[in-house]
Formats: sequence, structure tokens, C-alpha cells
Amino acid sequence: MLRYVGLRALNGLISIIGLVILVFFLARLTGDPTDLYMPIDAPIEAKQEFAANHGFNDPALVQFGRFATGLLHFDFGESLRQSRPALDLVLEAYPTTLILSAISMTLAIVVSIVVGALAAWRPNGVFDRVSSFISLAGASIPNFWVAIVGVLVFSVWLRWLPTSGTGTVWHWIIPITVLFIRPCGLIVQVVRGSMISALSAAYVKTAFAKGVKDRSIIFVHAIRNAMLPVITVAGDQAAGMINGAVIVEVVFGFPGIGKLMIDSISFRDFAVIQAGVLVTAIAIFALNILIDIAYAMLDPRIRRV
Amino acid sequence: MMADTVLTVRSPSQETSRVPWILRLLWRDKFAFAGAVFLLVVLFAAIFGPALLGKQAVTMNLLARNAPPLSLDKGWLFVLGGDPLGRSLLARLVVGTQNTMAIAALTVTMALTVGCLFGLLAGYVGGIFSAIIMRISDILMSFPSLLLALIVLYVLQPHLATVVFVLAITRVPLYLRTIRAEVLEVRERVFVTAARVLGTSPLRIVFRHILPVVAPTLITIATLDVAFVMLSESGLSFLGLGMQAPDITWGLMIASGQNYLKTAWWLSFWPGLAITLTTMSLNLVANWLRIVADPAQRWRLETKGMAND
Repeated sequence: MLRYVGLRALNGLISIIGLVILVFFLARLTGDPTDLYMPIDAPIEAKQEFAANHGFNDPALVQFGRFATGLLHFDFGESLRQSRPALDLVLEAYPTTLILSAISMTLAIVVSIVVGALAAWRPNGVFDRVSSFISLAGASIPNFWVAIVGVLVFSVWLRWLPTSGTGTVWHWIIPITVLFIRPCGLIVQVVRGSMISALSAAYVKTAFAKGVKDRSIIFVHAIRNAMLPVITVAGDQAAGMINGAVIVEVVFGFPGIGKLMIDSISFRDFAVIQAGVLVTAIAIFALNILIDIAYAMLDPRIRRV
Repeated sequence: MMADTVLTVRSPSQETSRVPWILRLLWRDKFAFAGAVFLLVVLFAAIFGPALLGKQAVTMNLLARNAPPLSLDKGWLFVLGGDPLGRSLLARLVVGTQNTMAIAALTVTMALTVGCLFGLLAGYVGGIFSAIIMRISDILMSFPSLLLALIVLYVLQPHLATVVFVLAITRVPLYLRTIRAEVLEVRERVFVTAARVLGTSPLRIVFRHILPVVAPTLITIATLDVAFVMLSESGLSFLGLGMQAPDITWGLMIASGQNYLKTAWWLSFWPGLAITLTTMSLNLVANWLRIVADPAQRWRLETKGMAND
């Protein structure tokens, strides 16, 4: 187990380093930010001074060396746009995204386990057919379209909910729903599939024969064995939450990591892009480790490896 | 009269015996059948749309600016309404199909080919080569695909080729890993060992003996992936980093309709519906394919049909 975790950590480190190098040079290819930040009629000397101050005149490799040295001291450089440490901006933006994705993901997992388990109870029954169709539709809808239609119906027509911003609880309802739909639709299908095979296992029949209540057969006996594939897909979806968060944050003006990244990309704010990429990669890496631990907790066979 | 009824009754039953086995299996699953029919319509629109309605999609009728849908006052072209410049939404939707589908199909083909090639090699050759490929795919997998695509598309000029290239790169690891895992399992089977003992060349083993075993899984994944890529592409267009304005894609139509949400909701509604229905159809067909490709599950469709007959 320890050897396995060590190997995983090493692979993760290699991936993260590769990613940082990739993004550093990709970002540099977007061009020189000087023209974007200096007034268009600024004297050429002033532009050169700006570039020299921020080190944009140096060869890319020298810039990378400086960046890498900084990283070792946890110094991600300064945001050009806001003249503040890039890491601060990223860490300020992350809580919004984390709360948003954590609530959506938790809801998605809980709802889909209940719905998927009930659907598996009577395969091809009415509930199964209806829930299969709805979950398939949920997994097929573009999330930004749900966002737009949600705003149209609940904010413009019914005037129940605000259109954008983060002020009150009401502001969070549509964004959370938007992020919730796709993972929920996908996980329902996985839960249903693995529950059907778990329910046909011999130990479930034994439980039946003993006269165990239906509810506890589903939610105590069968569900533990059905959880492994669910965790894989849920983990995958959780890592992909950032994709959805980018769109939701842009549509609803949420000050999260997605919006920060989009803004930084269009303003060529290299330091913030790099810090954002690195923090995101580390977060996803940590998430994967957590998933491994969850596996081990659910399945004692894995613990022995 | 009598002869008529006999004829009409008999001819379909004669038909079905001639209809290929695979089509009969498709007919057994009504949802998948509906999905397949819808996909055929989409395919038709993608191939012939620009030739049939290309002109109408850019013709402006100033009287039909933001014309409401479901009315024939402005002619059949405006049955889905008009856009802010008075162009027919129906025509634009049909013409936009080509770009939307071309991007999705090209992306998946490219990702499938590259992933397949490297996956087969990594699985069969192994060693340091495999390790390097897997690390590169780890790097791509360790990061949200949309964010990666955004960064790359900001560097490159957004048009069809670059959008396809960027989306394909983010999809390669999926195929690579699946194929490698399958190859690792298949190459230990007896028939591969037998082929090797008989002196078959490694290339022939990989492409003639291993690939056909892996193919059904691949096709299912690819069908599902077309749906995923369509969603990603429309997301990119929506954020303004996909195809650009004179071109028409469904994602772009939704994005441009967003500003008129309060006055003309139909601008964003129809393209979104088109994406949803196409993605759903792909999902339904992929689910059906998964069952057909799996001999352990295929009987469900086969016996179900017999009961109906």
C-alpha cells in the first residue's frame, strides 16, 4: 500500500511538473502583454521599461528559470492586472468554486444513489424507465443552455430568483442546479447498472430468504458492493466540475476560479494563469488520492495490496 | 380487397426476413431506433444543409427581425422565428449542423486514430516507450479539458482546424488508456500466443488479431464521445473561443442569442434543443451498441424481439 501511494505521488508530481512547463510556454506564445497594459500612445521607452521591469525581454528559458526558482519559494509572481501576488488571487477565488462544486456534487451523488437504487429494484418498471429517460436527458443537455433557460424561466418570467451575483442564498440556486444536472444524470446510470448486478448476487437472495426488509437490502447490503464503479465515475465528474464551473461562473458572474482563469487568459496575466493551473492540478491530484482511500475503505481486498 | 390485405400483411413479414439482422436488433429497442432516425436527419442536414439552405441562412428579411416562432406569417422559413438581423433561424440551424457535426466527427476520428495507434503500441510493446506515453497522457488527464482548450485556443487562431486539434488532444488519453488496458489483457490470451508461436509478425498480431477484439469497445466509446465533444465544442463557442461569427455553429447561435434572452428567447432555445436531442440520440445509440457488442447481453434484444413476433 505504502509503495503504491509513493508511486502514485511520484507520477502525480511528474504530471504536475509537465503541466506547469506546458502552460508556461503556451501562455508565453499568446504574445507580449506590454501592448495590452500600456496606453496605445505610450512612448516606446516607457513600453520597454515596462517590459524590462516584468522581465518580458528575457529569453523564454531565462523567464522559466526565474519562475521555477520562485515556485520553490512558493512565490508565483505578481498579477499584472491587479498588482497583487497571483497566489492570493487564486486562493481568494477558490472557495467560491469549491463551495459551488461541493454542494452540486454532494447533491448529485445523494440523489443519484437513491434514484439509481430504486430504479434497479424493478428493472424495466415504470420508475426505472422514467428515471432512465430523465437521467439520459440530464447527461445530454449543454450546461450553459440550462443556465440560460433557467435564468429565462426563473429570473425573467417568474421573477423568483436573481439573474447573477453571489449576494444571497437565492443567487446560488440556479448555478448549483446547472452544475448538478449532468453528473447526476451520468451517475444515476452507473448506480443503476451496478445495483442490478449487486441485487442479483447470492448474498442478497440469502438476505431475502432471511426476511430482511427491502429497504435495508437495498441501502445496507447491496449498495456497499455497488459503490466501487460509482466512486470512479463520481471522482471523474468531480474533477471535471471545473469545466462546468468555468461556464457557470461566467454566466452568473461568480468570482470563482473559472472566471478568474478566463479573465486572466484574455488579459495575458501569466502569473495568475500559472498559479491557477498549478493549484487546480494539485487539487485534482489530492482528489484522486482521496478516491483511492475511499476505495480502500469500501473494499477490504484493496487494503491488503 | 381480400388480396390487398393479404399482400399488406405478408410483405412486411417478407421484408423483415431480408432486413439485415443488425437492423432488426435496432428495431427491438424503440428509443435507440428513434435516436438513430434522428441522427440520420441530422446527418442529412449536415451533408446537404449548406447546399440547400446556405443562401437563406444569410438572407436578411428586415420585417422578420426577432420574429416569434411557431407562426407561418413570414413564410415557412421563419417557422422557428428570425434572428436579430432578420435571418431565418430554421435555415441557420440546418446550415450550422455541418460545422457542429464536422467538428465532433473529425475530433473523435483524430483522437481515436492517434489514441488507438499509441495505445496499441504502448500495450503491445510496453517498456520505456509505454511509460513515456502514459506519463504524457497523465499530464493531459490531470487537468480540466475545457481550461486546457481555452489556454491553447487563445494561442492559436480559433477556426475549424484548431478547434478540432485542441479538442482531439484532450480526448486522446481516453482512447489510449482504454486500448492499452484491453491490449494488456488480450495479448495474454491463447490465440495471440498461438499466432506468435506460428511466427506472425508483431504488426500483424496487433492489427489483425488484437484490434478486432478491442474494436467493439472502441466504437461504443467513440459514439458516446461524439456527444461529449459536441457539448465541449458548444461550450467553447459559447465562451467565444470556438468558431467565430460568420461561421454558424449551434454553440455560437446559443451564445449570440444570450443577449436577447428577455425579448427573444427562441434565439438560444432552438440550437440548445438541437444539441440536446442530438446528444441524447447518440447516447441512446451508444447504449444499444454496447448491448449488441456484448454477446452476454445481446440475447435481451434477440429474445425480446421473438416475444413480440
